[in-house]
Amino acid sequence: MSALTIARSGAQVVLIDENDQPGGQLCKQIHKFFGSKDHRAGVRGYRIATELLEDCAAAGVEILTDTVVFSIQDCTLGLAHRDDCFYLKAQAIILATGASENPLAFPGSTLPGVMGAGAAQTFVNLHRVLPGRRVLMVGGGNVGLIVSYQLLQAGAQVVGVVEALPRLSGYQVHAAKIKRAGVPIWTGHTVLEANGDQEVQEVTVAAVDDHFQPLPGSERTLAVDTICLAVGLTPLAELAWQAGCRFFYQSALGGQVPLHSVNMESTVPHIYVAGDMAGVEEASTALEEGTIAGLAAATAMGCSVPQAELEAAQERLASLRRGPFGDLRQRAKSELIKRWTDCHPGE
Amino acid sequence: MSPRRIAVIECPEEIPCNPCETVCPQGAIQVGNPITSRPRLDTRHCIGCGACVAACPGLAIFLVSSDNNGPDEVTFPYEFLPRPEPGESVTAVNRDGESLGPAWVKACWQPQGADGTYLVTITLPVGLATKARGIRRPSHDR
Repeated sequence: MSALTIARSGAQVVLIDENDQPGGQLCKQIHKFFGSKDHRAGVRGYRIATELLEDCAAAGVEILTDTVVFSIQDCTLGLAHRDDCFYLKAQAIILATGASENPLAFPGSTLPGVMGAGAAQTFVNLHRVLPGRRVLMVGGGNVGLIVSYQLLQAGAQVVGVVEALPRLSGYQVHAAKIKRAGVPIWTGHTVLEANGDQEVQEVTVAAVDDHFQPLPGSERTLAVDTICLAVGLTPLAELAWQAGCRFFYQSALGGQVPLHSVNMESTVPHIYVAGDMAGVEEASTALEEGTIAGLAAATAMGCSVPQAELEAAQERLASLRRGPFGDLRQRAKSELIKRWTDCHPGE
Repeated sequence: MSPRRIAVIECPEEIPCNPCETVCPQGAIQVGNPITSRPRLDTRHCIGCGACVAACPGLAIFLVSSDNNGPDEVTFPYEFLPRPEPGESVTAVNRDGESLGPAWVKACWQPQGADGTYLVTITLPVGLATKARGIRRPSHDR
């Protein structure tokens, strides 16, 4: 989104992605997005990725795939592509490196068959391979609920969803979809252990008390070949650390996140941040942050950008953080912006 | 006279979403501002076309019709394969996926622009329209 925005503003853009196809998580989001028409609500995520890539090509964005950024110093990036290594100097850099899935340790968690929910989603939606036939989902946030539904669509059986908290953190409408499909959801439950000879064959789950301690006698053992972990995401912000950006811990945003301005500029001049690496949220918020970072970077490079466009993007972003689900994230983001402002007196 | 078909919106939380409002050809659904407001349906204007059922990203809208003269009818979004065929006998399920007994597929179609979301209409015994929200998938029985 950032690349497209900047290219449309008239600057030269290079889009670097370590994968063989840019688009990030959008490429495997086969569900329809929430939001408004302006946020492309009702459009399936992978179609948004395709549209963005086509638009990028049309706008003249140069795309480097299979390319890893291994260093960042001032505005120079170190890049590795297969056996080649080269450097690229830029006027502005936008970091939109996403997030990684959190692990969960329990006896048997290293057995083959235990994987991140995002990994299972990559299997079914990108590679069209079922990771297993009988799946236990750990985590009742939107990722756990949506991936459970998509595993059902792919033909797997989801034997249940466990969530340690007393209530689901994901949307009830996502939970309702899999409940109708016959998937039990056990809140106040956790995974105790996985067992199997060479790979996962069964899993034991149990109810937990108020301190998340397993309640003896509540154990239940289920035959599964796959355990998916959907227990949160952590921003992948190594490049921002390397660049010297200042960070702040915000649990509502997934951990340590770079301070940024309302225009997504980090504490290091010319380096902007956007999407999950700047605080784990939704794909739709990531798209808006990308737009804002792009517009701000283009302005800083001397391109003419209508101020109204930037304000409209900020208003769209704010609308996505309203309501009980967005409130916590909105406050965490405001704190980041306030701390950024404290570092930049006079701006 | 056939019973009147009307949308039932089961969207209990304040989430930022409004395709139902945008897609309704009758302007019968209002979300308004802020976008996190819950949708409100003006039942007087609903024609039971199902546009909102196919558009809702949460798959949270259904069409329901019931009167005392014939079987109940429920229409729900369906995104699984294989799709049920008209005339097929299926097992209706409630919101928890529990069986409500046999039902019959009356129609299975995809509205324009639904992008893969099919609408399935089932007929079932009188009194079940408020409970039935789907069918048991064939693979589920295996």
